[in-house]
Amino acid sequence: MSVATKTVTAPPSFSRVGVLWASTVGKKALMALTGILLSLFVLGHLLGNLQLYFGRDSTGAYLINKYAEFLHHNKPLLYGTRTVLLVAVLIHVIAAFQLQLGKGAARPVEYHQKESVNSTVSSRYMFWTGVVIFFFVIYHLLQLTLGVVNVPGFREGDVFHNVTVGLRTGVAPLFYVVGMIGLGLHLRHGLYSTFQSLGAGNPAVSQWALKWAAVVATVIALVNLSFPLAVLAGLVKG
Amino acid sequence: MKLTLDIWRQKGASDAGRFETYTVEANEHMSFLEMLDVLNQELIGSGKEPVAFDSDCREGICGMCGFVVNGVPHGPVDNTTICQTHMRHFHDGERLRLEPWRAAAFPVLKDLVVDRSAFDRIIQAGGFISVRTGSAVDSNAMLVEKNKSDRAMTNAACIGCGACVASCPNAAAALFTGAKIAHLGLLPQGQPERTDRALNMVAQMGKEGFGHCTTIGECEANCPAHIKLEAIAQMNGDFLRAVFAKREESAGGGAG
Amino acid sequence: MSLNSRIPSGPLDQKWSTAKKEMKLVNPANKRKHTVIVVGTGLAGASASASLGEMGYNVLSFAFQDSPRRAHSIAAQGGINAAKNYQNDGDSVYRLFYDTIKGGDFRAREANVYRLAEISANIIDQCTAQGVPFAREYGGTLANRSFGGAQVSRTFYARGQTGQQLLLGAYSALSKQIAVGTVKQFSRTEMLELIVVDGRARGIVTRDLVSGKIQSHLADAVVLATGGYGNAFYLSTNAKGSNATAAWRAHRKGAFFANPCYTQIHPTCIPKSGDYQSKLTLMSESLRNDGRIWVPKKKGDTRSPDQIPEAERDYYLERVYPSYGNLAPRDVSSRQAKYRCDEGLGVGPSGLGVYLDFSEAIGRLGQKVIAERYGNLFDMYEKITGENPYQVPMRIYPAVHYAMGGLWVDYELMSNLPGLFVLGEANFSDHGANRLGASALMQGLGDGYFVAPYTVSNYLAQGGRVKVDAGAAAVKDAEKEATGRAEKLLAVKGKRTVDSFHRELGNVMWENVGMARSAESLNKALKRIPEIRDEFWKNVSVPGTGAELNQELEKAGRVADFLEFAELLAWDALQRNESCGGHFRVEYQTPDGEALRNDADYAYVAAWEWKGEGKRQELNKEPLVFENIHLATRSYK
Repeated sequence: MSVATKTVTAPPSFSRVGVLWASTVGKKALMALTGILLSLFVLGHLLGNLQLYFGRDSTGAYLINKYAEFLHHNKPLLYGTRTVLLVAVLIHVIAAFQLQLGKGAARPVEYHQKESVNSTVSSRYMFWTGVVIFFFVIYHLLQLTLGVVNVPGFREGDVFHNVTVGLRTGVAPLFYVVGMIGLGLHLRHGLYSTFQSLGAGNPAVSQWALKWAAVVATVIALVNLSFPLAVLAGLVKG
Repeated sequence: MKLTLDIWRQKGASDAGRFETYTVEANEHMSFLEMLDVLNQELIGSGKEPVAFDSDCREGICGMCGFVVNGVPHGPVDNTTICQTHMRHFHDGERLRLEPWRAAAFPVLKDLVVDRSAFDRIIQAGGFISVRTGSAVDSNAMLVEKNKSDRAMTNAACIGCGACVASCPNAAAALFTGAKIAHLGLLPQGQPERTDRALNMVAQMGKEGFGHCTTIGECEANCPAHIKLEAIAQMNGDFLRAVFAKREESAGGGAG
Repeated sequence: MSLNSRIPSGPLDQKWSTAKKEMKLVNPANKRKHTVIVVGTGLAGASASASLGEMGYNVLSFAFQDSPRRAHSIAAQGGINAAKNYQNDGDSVYRLFYDTIKGGDFRAREANVYRLAEISANIIDQCTAQGVPFAREYGGTLANRSFGGAQVSRTFYARGQTGQQLLLGAYSALSKQIAVGTVKQFSRTEMLELIVVDGRARGIVTRDLVSGKIQSHLADAVVLATGGYGNAFYLSTNAKGSNATAAWRAHRKGAFFANPCYTQIHPTCIPKSGDYQSKLTLMSESLRNDGRIWVPKKKGDTRSPDQIPEAERDYYLERVYPSYGNLAPRDVSSRQAKYRCDEGLGVGPSGLGVYLDFSEAIGRLGQKVIAERYGNLFDMYEKITGENPYQVPMRIYPAVHYAMGGLWVDYELMSNLPGLFVLGEANFSDHGANRLGASALMQGLGDGYFVAPYTVSNYLAQGGRVKVDAGAAAVKDAEKEATGRAEKLLAVKGKRTVDSFHRELGNVMWENVGMARSAESLNKALKRIPEIRDEFWKNVSVPGTGAELNQELEKAGRVADFLEFAELLAWDALQRNESCGGHFRVEYQTPDGEALRNDADYAYVAAWEWKGEGKRQELNKEPLVFENIHLATRSYK
């Protein structure tokens, strides 16, 4: 019998990643997942950097230099990690760009007047704090990984020297302060929004996430900011 | 009270539109739409064309009314439609700017009237439970946890006015779509179609040209039906589960 | 003309099964060859479209709003009745049937009402299966409340938004059929004419409210589910767009209009605050479960209500109706409020209001419990009036709410015009002279889900229709009528707005044809209405053109029809020399002011037949035969 047999169903076969990528919901989930990876990296990076404050070990070597040597020792791990991070960054950035373009298309005629009732600066300017972080990371790599800018007498492997010199050279302090404020704002909303994007929206979880995202983001931003400030204040010097 | 109104006037979809300024004498007991009624009576009386705006029930439930007042969808009273907003919330001499919902998916038809049929198409994509008329079992044959039933009701309360889209900086329809997915997904009756529902409704939302959700929460603050962001999380979760759900090819219905 | 109500023979409780058994069926393969037009997407229209579409018919569905989900059924608050007897409190199909007949003051058709009570339980099951989130008990079963003066708890509800949830359920079923392609939806499209060919309803003429395009749609059957005519009073609880145009146009094409004088005035609405008032808002009747209604005993008492001591308050419903008290039926409660205000005891700035006081209930149950039960209603009241009802009593006053009258239909819900079906509030069939609370939702869904699918099929299966050509004279004439009327309205170019005429009509209706009617007041209305109508056609101002979105033109067309319809309403009220339900003639009352029915002379349905422009309609009587119920005087004392 064939009365109204056309059923309403999704296309049955698909590349799952393709379906994810094709929808805003899927893209946001991918951004959340890559965001988690990148946040973990930020955390690890921060913990490693803390060794800047612990000076030298009994052999007279700076702890942070030994830590850097350890990281660089295992090449497969190093390049593996770098590849993963690079892919995560690419996915995060491309998705962000596409969504930003979609946002423009979704409202071709802007309001002449629009007020924000509920949202935070951190939530409204995610894309732009992302852009800040993007340029900061490029600067950061050029400066302290490649030693191309703002590190007079860059010494490969001598992280302590490069940092204590670099963080007070030229525009570096500005880059670090702006970059870390951008990172803090980005993390504050990003960490909270991650739960939502991945489907964990139980009000209790959301409230918890909202609170702790703010705490974690603030701590990360402040600790990261402490490095250039400590260098500028002369608290850490070679 | 005397008010100055800057109202968006647009003859039709192809007209560029512009603001025009009017003054109107109102009193504090009027609803906002009654104030506009008064203005329109005066405009007609002086041979001008009245301002077109949608409204029907004027008790905040049909979802037909809605425009932006001074940058806020449905005006300054939280979680209240513009038809239920009364003039006592404004003061003498105030200047108000009235704009239509602005979104690619909600084209302006005239003045403050927009076409929200995109919402209908999202529901058509899967916002239902398939049950033939007359084939239902006794209601109490299927018990539903009160807590879940209450949460389903909370999400089902959406009035489809479009304020969520209007308030969202990205013109996203996530709160609207999420509310329906959450309503049906919380009930046992809604389970068989849950996977398809999430895939199809999210896909349709994209096709209509709505933007993405960035969990900003403007929608939640503007929603006259008190729908919460939780609904969007439920949609996201259902969609992700649907994408990665194990899907077996069905053998197809027997031709009989 | 004699009216054949086509009520099946046999015992009352077997009539519907007999009817179903005898109905003809349409071959499954042929169903999609039949087109059915459904006008309106409220509970009755949406459920009928969804069901007919699902059966395989080719359905065209029309709504004047921007989406089917906006229909005014959405505003119903309190609940939906069904004879489930889940509460084990002695309910049954018979009891629901009896309550409905009695509530309707013995002016409804037994067989229709019994069928409604029978299918009521299926409606709940259908809606639950669709995902309607009815209130539940902790055990997971459905909850009930007592409502509108019923002695049993048979009302199912979804917070204070039952109509919304039921409508969204029907809308979801409709949406599915639209996706499948069996239903084609036309939103922002208004019916302006009925197309009748060889005495059968064969289509409609519509106006696209965005482009202004006038267009014909042809079909094998036309279903009108276009709601009631309460807006003839201008101020009512209906939506702004609710109108009688579809029904009135069908009437002018030969469909009989039945019992137009039966208009329900709902007792608990927020009073009017000024001349600019555009509509009245209902406060659900459920409030009367815990609220106590009173007025000061002293005339012109301007003290604030909390300053008036208990001894100086008149809880008049409790006084006059000790057994039902504040839960007396709608017509009775409304009339009592009017009496108090007429005596000068009314409260509020206009003197047209009575108190609905929750202080006793809040003291007994706590504010939290009251907030749980009525929170959304209290919020709504505060939004509109700016007063907090937890602290000061609500002020309420009756307002026009529901039309019991409507197009005449037979047992199969078909009008005297073959092929024209009328469902829900638009027909006259189930509520007699007064509708009980929570029964409108039941009737709308019952008609759409469980009656029309059978009876429309039965009609289609009988064949006998010739093919109608789009160029046929009847089609072209109907199009010309619709176009001509719009052009005529635009061409008047007078001085007065459409709204001013509508308000004036409303005032005349409310003052003379409202809660209490007399031969004198009705004659006054019958004199004034044609005068207003004449002035309307000479002096109305409709700006803009017909070829665009023109809300004034839409209103003008509806008001023009109200100006004709209102006269019939008043005329029907004048001819019915008795009081019953919502129709109260001051000449016919008991010594203590209750409605005095005249069963010997008026136990009939008044079905009015259009006789042409400028002529009085002709009265056709369908006698009401009560085989199962003994006609009694309604008493709620």
